[in-house]
Amino acid sequence: MGPVALLTVVVLAVFVGFEVVSKVTSKLHTPLMSGANAIHGIILVGAIIVAGQAGDPWVLGIALLAVVLATVNLVGGFVVTDRMLEMFSVHKPLRKSAQ
Amino acid sequence: MSLLTPEWTALLYLVAAVCFILALKGLSSPKTARRGNAIGAAGALVAVITVFFSARLENIPLILAAIAVGSAIAVPVARRVQMTQMPQLVALFNGVGGGAAALVAALELSHSEDSWVRLAVVFTMLVGAVSFAGSAVTVGKLQELISTRPLLFPGMPWVMGAVMLGAVVSGALVVLSGSVGWSLALLGLGLAAGLLLVLPVGGADVPIVISLLNAFTGLAVAASGVVLGNVLLLVAGTLVGASGTILTKVMASAMGRGVTGIMFGAFKGGSTAG
Repeated sequence: MGPVALLTVVVLAVFVGFEVVSKVTSKLHTPLMSGANAIHGIILVGAIIVAGQAGDPWVLGIALLAVVLATVNLVGGFVVTDRMLEMFSVHKPLRKSAQ
Repeated sequence: MSLLTPEWTALLYLVAAVCFILALKGLSSPKTARRGNAIGAAGALVAVITVFFSARLENIPLILAAIAVGSAIAVPVARRVQMTQMPQLVALFNGVGGGAAALVAALELSHSEDSWVRLAVVFTMLVGAVSFAGSAVTVGKLQELISTRPLLFPGMPWVMGAVMLGAVVSGALVVLSGSVGWSLALLGLGLAAGLLLVLPVGGADVPIVISLLNAFTGLAVAASGVVLGNVLLLVAGTLVGASGTILTKVMASAMGRGVTGIMFGAFKGGSTAG
């Protein structure tokens, strides 16, 4: 892909990124941050590519470390976001049954 | 094992990118938040399966073992963490993501001949290292391992200026020569800049700094997409960088604060006390 095509993709992605979160309710600030945090864990794809093309043992070792770190970011990010949201949804039925 | 054609790979990456957009959209509203998060996780799964079939990769058993180790560390911690400790866990996950991006870019330096690609390598390493070290400081402040009060020492702005200048110089040398030694210096200076940037922030402002560093990691991942020629990393990183920037501004104004006041207020005596 040429530089101008890459720039086009970036500019459009910036606008999408601005738009999708612009109406977030304040209660969801932390879960949204946590969910976005999980999404950049997709660097795992990059770490897998580098590890899969490593010949030198040193390079492979560092690339595998990157795979571990990226997995922690990606998997942990989605799991902890789900737990935050689970806590939000637990409160509602409780309040209803109290009434 | 037959590999996917580049067209199928690109289409599956597009599916993953759309899932990430729907995830951010879903997470913005209470009714759809949990489903949004699940859609994001599904997109990530599609992308990770796709990469294994998109190129001829060596060391696949070791890579799968590394993924298993990462999951075995992350899942129990994320499941057991208490509500009050969730912000530091998010900061920790953000920091390791930034570290991973910096390492990926550092390893790709030797394959990067084009100076634009080397510039992307430099950007990824520097911003990833800032995010890693900065996130470590936020975790320390939230866990009260280090003082939650703004930490300053005499001449700190000068040291910060010297570190920034050093980073620009070593970054320029990496772009020109592709030197591994200067790239290590760049990593070290990035780590120092992360520490110096976050130490002066008061405890009450730390959640906003976590959001800012989250946007930083997004930008680092986007630049790594340029390094590797991978459009999914570029799009996903840019989405997080852009939405993270907006979220940081929204969070700061919800607290009646400006982002520059939070980052640099301590130097003028205007920071919140921890």
